[in-house]
Amino acid sequence: MNVRSSKSVERLLYLISPIGLLAVWQLLLMAGFGDRRFIPAPSDIAVRFVQMIGNGELAMHTAATLRRVVAGFVLGATPAVAIGLLMAMFRPVRYFFDPLIAVMFPIPKVALMPLLLLALGFGDASKIALVAIAVFFPVIVNTYVGAANVDKIYWDVAKNYGASQFVMFTRVLFFGALPMIFAGLRIAIAVSFIVLVAAEFVATKSGIGYLIWNSWELLQVDVMFVGIVTIGILGLITSVLFQEIERKAIPWRAE
Amino acid sequence: MAVLRRGAAIEIAGLRKEYLSSTGSVVALTDIDLRVSSGEFLCIVGPSGCGKSTLLRILAGLDRQTGGSIKVEAEGWAVENAMVFQDGGLFPWMRVEDNVAFGLTTRGVPAEEKAARVEAALRLVGLSKFRRHYPHQLSGGMRQRTAIARAFVTDPAMLLMDEPFAALDAQNRIILQTELVRLWEQTGKTVIYVTHSIDEALALGDRTVLMTAQPGRIKTIIDVPFPRPRDPIMLSVSPEFASLKLDIWRVLEEEVMRARAEMEK
Repeated sequence: MNVRSSKSVERLLYLISPIGLLAVWQLLLMAGFGDRRFIPAPSDIAVRFVQMIGNGELAMHTAATLRRVVAGFVLGATPAVAIGLLMAMFRPVRYFFDPLIAVMFPIPKVALMPLLLLALGFGDASKIALVAIAVFFPVIVNTYVGAANVDKIYWDVAKNYGASQFVMFTRVLFFGALPMIFAGLRIAIAVSFIVLVAAEFVATKSGIGYLIWNSWELLQVDVMFVGIVTIGILGLITSVLFQEIERKAIPWRAE
Repeated sequence: MAVLRRGAAIEIAGLRKEYLSSTGSVVALTDIDLRVSSGEFLCIVGPSGCGKSTLLRILAGLDRQTGGSIKVEAEGWAVENAMVFQDGGLFPWMRVEDNVAFGLTTRGVPAEEKAARVEAALRLVGLSKFRRHYPHQLSGGMRQRTAIARAFVTDPAMLLMDEPFAALDAQNRIILQTELVRLWEQTGKTVIYVTHSIDEALALGDRTVLMTAQPGRIKTIIDVPFPRPRDPIMLSVSPEFASLKLDIWRVLEEEVMRARAEMEK
């Protein structure tokens, strides 16, 4: 009983901070602090939000952003997992990729955008490529660390029971590294929204990033906030989604 | 049940194992000469660090000796050996049935045959009802049963066991020891069983190898004279058992003291 009531108190506290912040913001503006043309009240943003859902504008931009995130995520994460596992299995693969990762990981991926525009043009391809590159690094590093730390006893068991390298790869290393792979994927999904919104500031006419940048140029601050809130909501939904997938994919983890 | 065939015969001659460590080379095993007959249950006892686990790992193909030779006569057996590891070594991400099937999966045994053999192995260790469980949902005793089933299902000519029951409570240990001996008697496999417990070695083995502290040598080999079937509890209270245990303990004690003196030098 006690545990339960302290749980519900915690849940309440969880909601109090954002709601409280919004309430203070609304009250200050209603009391005449600040200019509502530059700083819209939460109620103004909500009205604009509903309006943009109604006329389909928000859905169009959200779809464009999601399409690029999903495509880039899959294109970046798949080779990252495969190469990360190979690095743990074969020394030469590790020696080949280690320096590349060390050099490339710290480069802000947005800095590659002009290069990608040059190579791939102004369409979706350049944005998808940017997301893929940004996703690749946190996933490969996490996968490698997870696979390299798979307990030695499992290597021994696999060897003693006649496992081929293929079996070792698909049945032992992959699953042993899976918790760390998921940690990497969760970082990667946040990173992909971060770089994509920045990339959509230029050279496109769709996406949440475009919406935010365009409304800044038109000084439609309420629309700008709608874009920011939408990104936050997308981040929240994908994070919850990933937790669910992780729970299903790693059923052996003791609760 | 009639035993149709006998497990591997093993001949170890002049086996030596050295490690390179930060302080130089360490001799883990030296002058190991040992013949194990087909279908024998052999126990190896010795103080910690005597290299008994290293010997087992070399037999399992997980380590290579520095010198000497091992000959394994395992004609007619598809799989030479299977090891039961100290804490089971079950894959946490596989269900009980997939863990048991592992050695068949790796060897490409057809699905139908695999299912039948896994079924039989699970029945043998009484885990049919738990086939869909993950290892973390099992007790320690059930996990070791799964590990034993995983070894038996591959039908190896010899079974290598590295203190498999050391982490279990006393009751579970005796139950599993009895089951293991039953399985061994039914299948005629050669068993090499490493333990630090004299009681266990005397309850299970045909012979017990006593090893010296580092570097590991064979101090002496004892024929365990007790007739089978053995009742581990009845056996442990008999005067013959006590006197043999005392003899072995004297030998081991000397080795433990020597090892300690060596460390303090």
